[in-house]
Amino acid sequence: MQEHDMSWVRTEMALAQPAPPTERGAYAWVRKNLIGSVGDTILTVLGIAIVLWVLPQIINWAFINAVWTGPDRTVCTTASQGGIQPDGWTGACWAFVNAKFGQFMFGTYPIEERWRPILVAVLFVALLVPMLIPRVPRKGLNALLLFVALPIVAFFLLVGGVFGLPHVETPRWGGLLVTLSLSFVGIAVSLPMGIVLALGRRSKMPIIKWLCVVFIETVRGIPLITVLFFASVMLPLFLPEGVSFDKYLRALIGVSLFAAAYMAEVVRGGLQAIPKGQYEGADSLGLGYWQKMGLIVLPQALKLVIPGIVNTFIGMLKDTSLVLIISMFDLLGVVKQNFADPNWATPQTPKSGLIFAAFVFWLLCFGMSRYSMYTERRLDTGYKR
Amino acid sequence: MASQEILREEPSRGSFINDPRIRSLFFQTLVVILLFSSIWWIVHNVIENLQRLHIASGFGFLKSRAGFDISDTPIAYTSDSTYFRALVVGLLNTIIIAVAGIVLATVVGFLIGIGRLSQNWLIRKICTIYVEVFRNIPPLLVIFFWYSGVLAVLPPPRESIHLPLGSFLNQRGFYLPRAVWGDGSWLIGVALLLAIAMAWFVAHRARQRQRATGQQFPVFWTSVALIIGLPMLAFLLGGMPLTFDFPKQSTFNLTGGFWIKPEFLSLLLALSFYTAAFIAEIVRAGIRGVSKGQTEAAAALGLRSAPILRLVVIPQAMRIVIPPLTSQYLNLTKNSSLAIAIGYPDLTATAGTVLNQTGQAVEGVFIMMIAYLVLSLVTSFVMNIVNARMALVER
Repeated sequence: MQEHDMSWVRTEMALAQPAPPTERGAYAWVRKNLIGSVGDTILTVLGIAIVLWVLPQIINWAFINAVWTGPDRTVCTTASQGGIQPDGWTGACWAFVNAKFGQFMFGTYPIEERWRPILVAVLFVALLVPMLIPRVPRKGLNALLLFVALPIVAFFLLVGGVFGLPHVETPRWGGLLVTLSLSFVGIAVSLPMGIVLALGRRSKMPIIKWLCVVFIETVRGIPLITVLFFASVMLPLFLPEGVSFDKYLRALIGVSLFAAAYMAEVVRGGLQAIPKGQYEGADSLGLGYWQKMGLIVLPQALKLVIPGIVNTFIGMLKDTSLVLIISMFDLLGVVKQNFADPNWATPQTPKSGLIFAAFVFWLLCFGMSRYSMYTERRLDTGYKR
Repeated sequence: MASQEILREEPSRGSFINDPRIRSLFFQTLVVILLFSSIWWIVHNVIENLQRLHIASGFGFLKSRAGFDISDTPIAYTSDSTYFRALVVGLLNTIIIAVAGIVLATVVGFLIGIGRLSQNWLIRKICTIYVEVFRNIPPLLVIFFWYSGVLAVLPPPRESIHLPLGSFLNQRGFYLPRAVWGDGSWLIGVALLLAIAMAWFVAHRARQRQRATGQQFPVFWTSVALIIGLPMLAFLLGGMPLTFDFPKQSTFNLTGGFWIKPEFLSLLLALSFYTAAFIAEIVRAGIRGVSKGQTEAAAALGLRSAPILRLVVIPQAMRIVIPPLTSQYLNLTKNSSLAIAIGYPDLTATAGTVLNQTGQAVEGVFIMMIAYLVLSLVTSFVMNIVNARMALVER
């Protein structure tokens, strides 16, 4: 019996139907992310309430009511405090930051010599930016200039006393200059030192291993302030009579030693994560210890711990603010020192100055952490799950 | 075995310079010689310097009169007390600020960390902003912000801000009502201890019963009822032996009540808010580290979302969380030494004063180091016990 083929088979796929209206568009997003359940809705309402309460206050204080320029404290005080603002006024005193900006950047570095730190900063940026952009070639030369040539040039430029440059003694340095120079040298010293300490801790020679362990664990167990005390009070005692060195240098030694101990632990984490086969492979190629470490193990280990290394750098940048306790004036120290200036003593001054300093620190640290995330993604060779 | 022996019998090394054992011996001897000669040089210099400055070394100075006042004294202390007692006061203050800071930082940190994983977009963003702001600012700056930016510009005592429950806030600090326990209040303490013991016993029995019969018992609510109910009962039976000493405003100052000084308050707020940002990240990483399969498997077994969290996710997350949490606690303890910047008399501040007064730099720094090392070791020890209880029990 001949049967007509009544069935009909589609030759192409039916088009997907659009998602139901409840699952797309702004409303669906709101329903999923803001009012998913009763508890969620309460949280959202609370969150909106907090934002509506806090945000206008902050914007009012920092921008709308803020004073941007002015000669002295009168612009930032109310009539009853002897100023020109109406009673009940609160707002940021950016005029204070504006007036003291030079000090915040350079401390009491002589004004006619300030082109020197500015030149160093320009050189630093000019060398750092190509270093950070992966596509720019000649990384080796760049690193050499940045980590070897620049510190030497910067030393002579900042300290002076040669080539007709007047000598500027370090107690006159201050502000962001001290913060950045301390952290830069600290970073440049602590990474190699940390690597050496980490290798020492994993060494098979018992004496070297235990020396490294004792150093690392002691430094990690005490606060940086104690290390700075150590550097500022004990180091002079350690040296023969008549030999003394600069307070700035002492702080530098303290900060670098401290950071090196933390760096050593970060690097050790990376070294431990490298499979044994890599070490054995290097051995079987006939590489010596330093070749094995330098060519095979460290490149892999350091890549693994980039986030940790950058975190240590960030920690160090934040820690340089502690040098004010041994009476050196970094950015925070200078800001705090200026609260006492009778020309600018107002209730709003400390808050404004500190928020400015916080903003500078935040920009530097946040920038570093974002860059480290970017590097991590870029160097990811796809072995991670 | 045999091949190893054969290898050992054939020392196929070319020159003794390349023998790793001899090399290692040589380098270590070199290091030891360098180390000892530099130590000898340093000790020699220290002794000479101390003699030149006429400073007697040794710890004898600890017994002499301190002669300086300390603003916060948890134990009796006057300027006539010894240096040793001054250092003990400092150590106690460090411990107080560290413990209070750890508790507050843990609570805030866990809330923020869980908030960062919330379904709620707004809460997530608020928590992210909190973490990104506080992580990237030096803690010392936050301390100054609270101290000179916020607390110092509060109104003077005469215009104190009234807060609920009879507490006051002004530029001299935070005044709370102080509980004064009358006669018979020891009963409440006994009742509390008893309640805790009973709650523990109930939990133990409930676990046994569940293992034997599979029946569950509402342990949590029973314990809450016991721990709140029994002391309340004792309180009522004892004739309510509790009165409050409220702070009172007089012309220039507030009297009575429990006074929290602005130094302590700003240090506590700054340290715990700073550390909380790091704890939040640790908690977030911990919870995200528990694989989704665990949650799904628990759901497949028929558990509801609360028991899934309590029995499956949190125990596994805690394993990831505790080791880095310990190091954050240690950091907080060490950061409490920033107290010196605003004049809260912690260990570093008092030891610094002692060091300046006596000139005993070597001993002073040594005492500081030892004290912080011991504190760190004790914290690690406690956290290691917690960690061991949480650790994966494997075959």
